[in-house]
Amino acid sequence: MTKQTFRSFASVLAVSASLFGTQVFAKSDITIALQLEPPHLDPTSAAAQAIDSVVYTNIFEGLTRFMGDGSVVPGLAEGWEISDDGKVYTFKLHDGVTFHDGTTMDAEDVKFSLDRARSEDSANAQKALFAGIENIEVVDPLTVKVTLSEPNGNFLFNLAWGDAVIVAPESIEGIKTNPVGTGAFTFGEWVQGDSITLNRNPEYWGDRPALETATFKFISDPTAAFAAMMAEDIDVFDNFPAPENLPQFEADPRFQVLVGSTEGETILSTNNKMPPFDDIQVRQALAHAIDRQAIIDGAMFGYGTPIGTHFAPHNPAYVDLTGNSAYDPQKAAKMLADAGYADGFETTLHLPPPSYARRGGEIVAAQLAEVGITANIVNVEWAQWLESVFKGKDFGLTIVSHTEPMDIGIYARPDYYFQYDSTDFQALMDTLNSTTDPEERTRLLGEAQRLIADDYVNGYLFQLAKLGVAKAGVRGLWENAPTAAIDLTQISWSE
Amino acid sequence: MSRSLILGACLSSLVLLAAAVSFVWTPYDYTALNIPDKLQPPNAQHWFGTDHFGRDMFSMIMVGARTSIAVALVAVGIGMALGVPLGLTAAARKGSALDELIMRGNDLVFAFPSLVIAILITAVFGAGAINAIIAIGIFNIPVFARITRGAALSLWEREFILAARVSGKGAARISAEHILPNVANLLIVQGTIQFSLGILAEAGLSYVGLGAQPPTPSWGRMLADAQTMVSFAPHLALIPGLAIIVTVLGLNLLGDGLRDWLDPRIRVART
Repeated sequence: MTKQTFRSFASVLAVSASLFGTQVFAKSDITIALQLEPPHLDPTSAAAQAIDSVVYTNIFEGLTRFMGDGSVVPGLAEGWEISDDGKVYTFKLHDGVTFHDGTTMDAEDVKFSLDRARSEDSANAQKALFAGIENIEVVDPLTVKVTLSEPNGNFLFNLAWGDAVIVAPESIEGIKTNPVGTGAFTFGEWVQGDSITLNRNPEYWGDRPALETATFKFISDPTAAFAAMMAEDIDVFDNFPAPENLPQFEADPRFQVLVGSTEGETILSTNNKMPPFDDIQVRQALAHAIDRQAIIDGAMFGYGTPIGTHFAPHNPAYVDLTGNSAYDPQKAAKMLADAGYADGFETTLHLPPPSYARRGGEIVAAQLAEVGITANIVNVEWAQWLESVFKGKDFGLTIVSHTEPMDIGIYARPDYYFQYDSTDFQALMDTLNSTTDPEERTRLLGEAQRLIADDYVNGYLFQLAKLGVAKAGVRGLWENAPTAAIDLTQISWSE
Repeated sequence: MSRSLILGACLSSLVLLAAAVSFVWTPYDYTALNIPDKLQPPNAQHWFGTDHFGRDMFSMIMVGARTSIAVALVAVGIGMALGVPLGLTAAARKGSALDELIMRGNDLVFAFPSLVIAILITAVFGAGAINAIIAIGIFNIPVFARITRGAALSLWEREFILAARVSGKGAARISAEHILPNVANLLIVQGTIQFSLGILAEAGLSYVGLGAQPPTPSWGRMLADAQTMVSFAPHLALIPGLAIIVTVLGLNLLGDGLRDWLDPRIRVART
């Protein structure tokens, strides 16, 4: 090799190295995998968590918003005043906020969004969040006054939900396929069955995010998820479906594993109207027959926190009631005998696809068999589960994770699929909803937790863990999931 | 006897033996979960290791053999019980409308990809061993009907059948007394082949969750459960996989061997 060619070779090397280098250092795109594809992209008209995962704080913003630690901070409202009686909230909106289509975001849009959500024919999945609103008044383009019928200590928390984001009347028509919000990212493209792309919004009113584009990919099969992650086809897996693979990611310097908690109370839902489960003794026996730790270890490979009631352990108001339904198969068998089922009985156990249910169900069935209960496993797909269990109430037992935050209120709905009908509990919830004093609320929430634990409404198993896997260089991911969300504005690459 | 016959018979009887013994004895209770002992590789206590719930894999494989064999055997039984009489009838009434009806009906069933229809049947009527048996059994009917008819047709031309007819025997009696014994060897050979296909179909159905439901062990479901754990506990997938291979290979070799052994022409040529 002559000196000449060596030099040109070296310069080529240098150029390609610098090209490669800039590419690495300025990495501003990210590929994030979700387990489920959203049915559409309107967070204000469906309960599907996958919608919020894509759009919450990225495309759509509310007056307030959740942070990764579960706190509620100002969003589109830069501040607010609360009247002394706790009934009137006056929100001051950020100036100069525009929607992605160029129209301005002002008080009229706030009134439109909240009125739409609370209207009679609203398709909002969480209408209860807005139930207390009596009147919404536009004071000036940047000031909105919301009057509540009763003081509601949770109102700012309620407004932070994805169901309460601000939308515009100009673009509401096509919101399901072409969402137009105020967020830091605009909707790019949706390839059905494959991915959704978001692009940075150059007109964004807040801080400029580090990412330029983000692609959400949908991978539900645990084996495919593992392969895609190992092949580095995706940068972040929001909630990895196979907990058994986490140690491998932990041992691999290419990846980081983020274990946090979700709002998902995983429960052995019991049909409270179906004999023999209408007998509290039978339900109590069921609760004592279950070894939670074995389920967490066997189904979730140790990830998850045992719960004794329908409440998230990371919530300050949580009461640990696991002792109330401690694992005691002898006691369970005796209680069954007292209830007239000395020879046990037969029932069905419907299991939706996630591994917490399928694997957890096999363990639960084996544990119930120990005390003489034959639980026949019926594996179902989500669509079947919604149809026959959730809507049709045609089930004995089922395992499912309730992932909405602060959802103990579902026990006040006698027509909810597990059909718990307790006037005491319903009255308690009414009192709670009209209480603003934080200490009193905590006390009432504790009472509510005890009530459903003492009534053994369902078998309370464990709080679902959030198992995030990401490439080592990704920063700013949420460890916990106070709500379903992937906050792209905080995410950056460290290299 | 050929070597393939001996090897096939050995492998098949090994599996049959495991299934038979599992009725009275397994090393451990195959339903007993023992989560602290999960994912052990094969060792002295657990010869095939333990699965993700700490269940003994050896016991599960034994009982799984029982599930596979029961499903495949009954499915082949359904196929023979319905297919053979249909084939005999069609051959006896060759060229008639009945013959046409039976054979076109066969074509109809044949026209569908069998596993897809089996999935459809189990999806509609619910997953479970019984529905898996029915689904696999239905596709065995035309196989046996065709083989029987084809072999019977050539027999009907033979002199001894002619003699039987001249002596006044009816078609049904001739079919039962003269045709059936002469096609029996073919049916036995085909039976072993269908049996091995039935084992594969059962594994396939339970792999997608439509076969025997937990806690009944099934080789296909063991494979499906093992999928995400192959990288750190390969025995979870290898062992049920090997069980399926041994069974299917054994039955195929047995079928091949039996065909050679039972075929009078080859036997004459050998001696």
